[in-house]
Amino acid sequence: MNMRYLKQNTFFTIVRLSAFVIAVSIGGFLAYIFINGIGAINWDFLTLPPRDSMTKGGIMPAILGTFYLTAGAIIVALPLGIASAIYLSEYAKQGPIIRMIRVGVNCLAGVPSIVFGLFGLGLFVVFLKFGSCILSGALTLGILILPTIIGAAEEALKAVPQTFREASLGLGVSKWQTVMKIVLPNALPGILTGTILGIGRAAGETAPIMFTAAAFFTAKLPASIFDEVMALPYHVYVLATAGTRIEETRHIQYGTVVVLVALVLGIDLIAIIIRSYIRKKKRW
Amino acid sequence: MPRKLKEAIIKNLFLLFALASLFVLGLIIVFLFLEGIPIFKVVSIKNFLFGHLWYPTYDPPSFGIWSLIVGSLVVTLFSSLIAVPLGILSAVYIAEIAPPIVKEIFKPVIELLAGLPSVVLGFFGMAVLAPWLQETFDLPTGLNIVNASIVLAFMAVPTISSLSEDALYSVPQEFKEASYALGATRFETIFSIIIPAALSGISTAVILGMARAIGETMVVLMVAGGAAAIPESIFDSVRPMPASIAAEMGEAPFRSNHYHALFATGIVLFVLTLGFNLIADYVSHKFKEVGSATL
Repeated sequence: MNMRYLKQNTFFTIVRLSAFVIAVSIGGFLAYIFINGIGAINWDFLTLPPRDSMTKGGIMPAILGTFYLTAGAIIVALPLGIASAIYLSEYAKQGPIIRMIRVGVNCLAGVPSIVFGLFGLGLFVVFLKFGSCILSGALTLGILILPTIIGAAEEALKAVPQTFREASLGLGVSKWQTVMKIVLPNALPGILTGTILGIGRAAGETAPIMFTAAAFFTAKLPASIFDEVMALPYHVYVLATAGTRIEETRHIQYGTVVVLVALVLGIDLIAIIIRSYIRKKKRW
Repeated sequence: MPRKLKEAIIKNLFLLFALASLFVLGLIIVFLFLEGIPIFKVVSIKNFLFGHLWYPTYDPPSFGIWSLIVGSLVVTLFSSLIAVPLGILSAVYIAEIAPPIVKEIFKPVIELLAGLPSVVLGFFGMAVLAPWLQETFDLPTGLNIVNASIVLAFMAVPTISSLSEDALYSVPQEFKEASYALGATRFETIFSIIIPAALSGISTAVILGMARAIGETMVVLMVAGGAAAIPESIFDSVRPMPASIAAEMGEAPFRSNHYHALFATGIVLFVLTLGFNLIADYVSHKFKEVGSATL
């Protein structure tokens, strides 16, 4: 065979092999986790609090805590993110200000999660004296997912055809009304996708809530946003690393991991499905 | 209210919201420095960065984070050795080689990998990979550089893969057609035309992937072993900076020297990742391929 095609085949084989390695690793990883964890999961596991110093019982407080923290993060990040994206996509003209904002958003997206934790500790817990609580954790997570939401919202706004805006402005509608009544509604499914991805990210983060919200164990469920909470990712971490009963609680660890993975991947999958649906349905 | 005035007010209101990200970034810097700077009354910047001994709780304590910095760099380097080839090659696969159906499935799978919580990967490294490594290589512990690098690589692969794929995808079709017209094979086209044209995007992807690995906390906290010493072999334990911060902040007394030292470690980590991100931003703008019209 021709040398050139031999080269090509060798290269293609290597490329296919790398893709195969990744696919098998992900598949194997998920299968292993689910096979080991699915046995721990039953109705009681999902609805009861832990007991006997965490070696028995369920993870309901951690599920609830993750829900509160994630909901709080979205409440913080969504309005701010959409408003930022509207400015970047609809109002800003090319120039130093928009360039600076963009670099700022990119840098914020690159800040390590533990640094967000330190920041949350310094600002919310210590300086504003909120203490370690749902509010501090939700604010920290909200800032963490802000770049994700801005990015997705801006992309969705940019995808609305220019002709829609021109038609609206041509009818004498003001810029503000055009944005609210024409651009935003058409961009909404895309923004939704970004929001869901943000939810998935916030639900899975551990480092930012370690010093700002998460508790190893709470006897009672949180009564206000100034209470500490248990959270799924933190629960996995403490059970797997702290204490002398790591082997004894292995089944609870696997069970919690399965719940967390199913939650986060489920959320991400919904986002991916919505997005491919939008792409297929697109009328323009 | 006159319409023009109203529009101007609304515009500036949105600008205010858009500046929030910059404002938050500023706040992060302010609070890191506010809580981190006091340590430099106790130890000089040079001794803090390059001191070999990290004994924050000893009497007298010693605050040198050199071994933590080395730990971070070592796991980042080794994970890149795995993640960069895998990430770029899988991007080439998705962009150029995969049949459409496989592509439809493989792309979301990589995205799902990006969404996996890091604590879950850390748990896997701890509960599965560590015992296996320990037994296979007959080691004192399976929590070491190799383990952390493997797990971190799988956190960096999705970043590198999807950003590289974007770059490969945006190479103009005309480039490919011109190459085929000259009689080049698909391999020659990919290797000599498409990859070079996408190089700035691929470089950005690699830098951002490395930034992700260096800033990742839970994996190195759970899997790297936690020994604050300069490693001598790839089977040694290390204590990368994020792991040190996460593990010790809970026990460091409020506003003690130890507390300030951990914030100062956060500054180093922040500056390092900020540097990576600014380089990535610079590379992606400076060497941008502006389409076939530039030829």
